[in-house]
Amino acid sequence: MNILVYLEDRNGQIRKPSLEAISAAHALGGTVSVAIIAADTSALIEQAKSLNVSSVIVASDARMANYSSRATGRALAAIAREAKADVILIGATGRGKDLAPRVAVRLEAGYVPEVTTFASEGGEIIATHPVYAGKAQMSLKVTTPVKVFSTRPNLWKASKDAPAAEPTVQNVTVDWSDADFKERTKELVLSQGKIDVAEADIIVSGGRGMRGPENWTLIESLAGAFGAATGASRAAVDAGWRPHSEQVGQTGKTVSPTLYVAVGISGAVQHLAGMSSAKTIVAINKDENAPIFSIADYGIVGDAFEILPPLTEEIKKLRGH
Amino acid sequence: MNIIVCVSHVPDTTTRINVAGDAKSIDPAGVKFILNPYDELAVEEALRLRDKMKGEVTVITVGADNAKEAIRQALAMGADKGILVKGEKKDSWQVAEMLAQAIKPLNADLILLGKQSIDFDGMEIAPMLSELLDLPAATVVVGLTIDGNKATAEKEVEGGREVIEIELPCIIAAQKGLNDPRYPSLPNIMKAKQKPVQEIQGAPSAARTEVVQLTKPEKKRANKILKTDGNPTHAAHELARMLHEEAKVI
Repeated sequence: MNILVYLEDRNGQIRKPSLEAISAAHALGGTVSVAIIAADTSALIEQAKSLNVSSVIVASDARMANYSSRATGRALAAIAREAKADVILIGATGRGKDLAPRVAVRLEAGYVPEVTTFASEGGEIIATHPVYAGKAQMSLKVTTPVKVFSTRPNLWKASKDAPAAEPTVQNVTVDWSDADFKERTKELVLSQGKIDVAEADIIVSGGRGMRGPENWTLIESLAGAFGAATGASRAAVDAGWRPHSEQVGQTGKTVSPTLYVAVGISGAVQHLAGMSSAKTIVAINKDENAPIFSIADYGIVGDAFEILPPLTEEIKKLRGH
Repeated sequence: MNIIVCVSHVPDTTTRINVAGDAKSIDPAGVKFILNPYDELAVEEALRLRDKMKGEVTVITVGADNAKEAIRQALAMGADKGILVKGEKKDSWQVAEMLAQAIKPLNADLILLGKQSIDFDGMEIAPMLSELLDLPAATVVVGLTIDGNKATAEKEVEGGREVIEIELPCIIAAQKGLNDPRYPSLPNIMKAKQKPVQEIQGAPSAARTEVVQLTKPEKKRANKILKTDGNPTHAAHELARMLHEEAKVI
């Protein structure tokens, strides 16, 4: 089986979800190639040469200095044909989830988004992904010869294995047209110094129990101690205490961190849906009947305002700073 | 401006999901269906643009007769007319294909839709329509300004925002934060019943994926819940110890 993994980069660095997709590819088993599509590819090729893959396939064009999803889709489809790829894996990032369906259409391939696990049944790949924001999970098989999957971040270890032999590097010519560049990313504006809830390994979220935005320093301090991102319940976002970008739940972000700490969040169905796949869940809430406790691994029934300061200090100590 | 809004009819966020007897789909009993919340943002944006630039807003969905309720809700918000594409949809590919068939003859200037439907959460339709209709698209959009045949869209990405320049006609997939959708007023709900909804038959090619099974996630949780018993500091220290020694997450 030939597996092609798309390497997404940001500021010249290959992103972690792409390295995780390489691990997922090795777990599926087969020959793994990677695709690089950019204006300036030399630094990316150097990085790719240290990856545990057999070949690096490159498409380059000066117009790609500004990312375009249509142009990238055309190039990735061309690379997939060149590599005779049976399976194409793309990290399910904001960019990846826009790119994967395009590649699927171009290759007349079936596509399963945000895969959390792969299994094999009679030689066929069964891909499972959460639906209804995690209230259920759906297992599917792709019925076309070529199959496209996006892999949810944080679930596979980023591949750090060195290659057995240095991968070959091959260039592919793509017949881009100007129409492919009718949409171009002009700028990436990063929120300074904040970890995004969607890709965080640890998340500390606050809800209505925090009583107001002025009390979020407690959430931020605990998050700081953990090295975590801050999240919020829909109630806290709807009240205008926190931005939409922090909302965890069915109409916010669906997250799968290693540790999720819910503070003053009762646990409405739509919130639980967004975070119940976290590896470890901690709940702190005054109400011992709060639904959040039913899915928590650890928790404290009590006043968050009294618990958070000593907890923050203790976490700092344990993490050695 | 000729604006098309694609909508879907999905289970309400407060709904508990139960698996049907076939183990492949949800049990619709007791499930309340609503207009997909992200599509409300798309409808709202369409209405604001129409009111500013003149034109018409057509709402379109794929599904069975009951999906018309989603169209009616969008009409009650203020959209002008609706199209129900009738057809069985086995996967997102078929939905995108049937939408593309219906949209192609309409000469749209702008196609709006929610960034995802809150049922299958795939975020597939906008990029698929982009390829099928040969139009550029921007997804997960939290800000949109249109100037002649050019638009600037702000896309929410991990850790920040991308600023995307895009040429019209184009496809925009809305994310929360783009606007605050209006609630339909009672007179508008009444008026919506008189607005035209055309029905056409979809003709998709074969599905490209097949559901093997639908299950509810089951995860065993340690469920060690402490009480403060008048000493919150002690409970906090005990929690930290468990996270360090048992869960080994710190």
